[in-house]
Amino acid sequence: MAEFEVPVLSIKNLNKQFGSGCPRCQDGESPSFVKNYCPICGTVYACRDVSFDVFPGEVLGIVGESGSGKSTLMQCLYFDQEVTAGEAYLADYHNGEKNLFQESSQQQRYIRNNIMGKVYQNPLLGLKMNFSSIGNIAEKLIAAGNQHVGMMENRGTELLNKVNIPVHRRKEAPKNFSGGMQQRVQIAKALSNRPPLLLLDEVTTGLDLSVQASVLDLIKSLQRELNISIVLVSHDLGVIRMLADRTLVMLEGRVIEQGLTDQILEDPQHPYTQQLVHSLL
Amino acid sequence: METLLEIKDLSKSFDLHNLGKHIRAVSNVDIQIKEGEFVGITGKSGSGKSTILKCIYGTYRIQQGSIWYHSKKFGPINLAEATERELLYLRKHEIGYVSQFLNVMPRTTARQLVKQAILEMGDDHDLAEKETEKILAHFELDEELWDSYPTTFSGGEKLRLNIARAMVKKPRLLLLDEPTASLDHDSKLKVKLLIEQLMKEGTTMLGIFHDLEFMNHLCNQEYNMQNGIFSHSTSFTNS
Ligand SMILES: Nc1ncnc2c1ncn2[C@@H]1O[C@H](COP(=O)(O)OP(=O)(O)OP(=O)(O)O)[C@@H](O)[C@H]1O
Ligand SMILES: Nc1ncnc2c1ncn2[C@@H]1O[C@H](COP(=O)(O)OP(=O)(O)O)[C@@H](O)[C@H]1O
Ligand SMILES: [Mg+2]
Ligand SMILES: [Mg+2]
Ligand SMILES: [Zn+2]
Repeated sequence: MAEFEVPVLSIKNLNKQFGSGCPRCQDGESPSFVKNYCPICGTVYACRDVSFDVFPGEVLGIVGESGSGKSTLMQCLYFDQEVTAGEAYLADYHNGEKNLFQESSQQQRYIRNNIMGKVYQNPLLGLKMNFSSIGNIAEKLIAAGNQHVGMMENRGTELLNKVNIPVHRRKEAPKNFSGGMQQRVQIAKALSNRPPLLLLDEVTTGLDLSVQASVLDLIKSLQRELNISIVLVSHDLGVIRMLADRTLVMLEGRVIEQGLTDQILEDPQHPYTQQLVHSLL
Repeated sequence: METLLEIKDLSKSFDLHNLGKHIRAVSNVDIQIKEGEFVGITGKSGSGKSTILKCIYGTYRIQQGSIWYHSKKFGPINLAEATERELLYLRKHEIGYVSQFLNVMPRTTARQLVKQAILEMGDDHDLAEKETEKILAHFELDEELWDSYPTTFSGGEKLRLNIARAMVKKPRLLLLDEPTASLDHDSKLKVKLLIEQLMKEGTTMLGIFHDLEFMNHLCNQEYNMQNGIFSHSTSFTNS
């Protein structure tokens, strides 16, 4: 049957290696590999032949053990890293007809500022800790071409309000905030230009359980309200269970299994996924 | 009447790789359900009843056999080969599932839960709010419970909310996995009335019930499971 809807984001055969490879490992495969690492030349094959689609209004979960390539994948999608090979298409960019990875860095910056938002696990990567919170948001608005100060002030206040940062604290710098609040500011910033796609990398990892829960609640309610598409990376199946409609499982740089989230949790097929799920239960 | 669901030669087993176990849950199941029918599955615990419902809903992967569903959106569609997105669409718009367990988000109120279900099908917030209150009242859920968290509800209240949430979408096909287990007599009667009303409104149902009397009263057809083997035991013509 023909697909009945158009993906927001389409990734095809994404590969990312750290190191230039050697004759023994050039096709990303070698008997001497230790997981996805070539001990002869020291190359890491962090993402291997990763393909997937993200559809309108859905939360796509990506789960996998430490080192499986989740963050590298997210960095590639946000152009924080250059891919080794692969294609990416956004419905909102030239009708999904241009491979984003081959666009100029100026175009890539445009895409980052207008069509995507990203929240990092480490707030230091996503925020200027000494700027005011509202200034952090304004920075992203300015990068997208906004100039009107009053409008930016309003938008920033509205966003901080949405993520439950008290209005009177909007001029405070994130360095004064708790971990949970910093993640909220990052989320507000990522949403500032109303991107159709949000990338979340371990946004609740390292937070206290109750703080974690409130950030997850926030993401869930924003997603419902804005009907935004989200790619959500987590090594925590509980987070995935709560938020993701569909889930990809990564191991050693590859997607080894994908399915409806309840299917992945109740009827996992791959031995690795079974181990992951059953160790949780 | 048109056939709504046709299961042909469905088998399902589980390979638990890390335990070296192979579990055969159901073998060679055939079921045919016409639009508007209520079909019951009986059989002892572990005989594979829930497995069938979960295969239809897409929670379990179908390895052998086919499940043809006549969708309003897609026409005849084999659920064994449907894409994840097609299954998600059907869950939102056409196929409901109720089990004895209420699988709810923490910190989501009863009102929000029902409203979200309605909003999955349209985006008129005012209408959704009105519908939500109507259905909560209809299910005789105390008004003071509307804005509290279902994790604190009694079993019967949870269940009524659970059914309310599935029913408010008027699914074409409703899968019921022992929704009355652990309910007292009064609550069971309430659920029975609700099911009867859904039947009147045209929802087709496939259900598992412990209570045979309850089931015989509602069923058009009954299938019996024994050790994963299926037999079509009764066909009632009343409706
Ligand atoms: N800049 C880099 N240079 C060299 N190797 C890198 C670099 N970034 C990541 N890697 C390697 O790529 C692999 C994938 O790392 P990545 O950070 O994507 O894992 P992850 O799945 O996000 O893990 P975690 O759950 O621990 O965050 C690892 O082997 C890592 O050491
Ligand atoms: N997710 C699962 N993983 C492994 N085995 C399962 C799973 N679900 C069901 N089974 C097994 O399949 C068989 C049928 O179970 P089930 O369909 O739940 O029976 P019933 O609903 O009739 O009590 C049982 O042996 C059960 O242990
Ligand atoms: Mg990471
Ligand atoms: Mg059962
Ligand atoms: Zn090498």
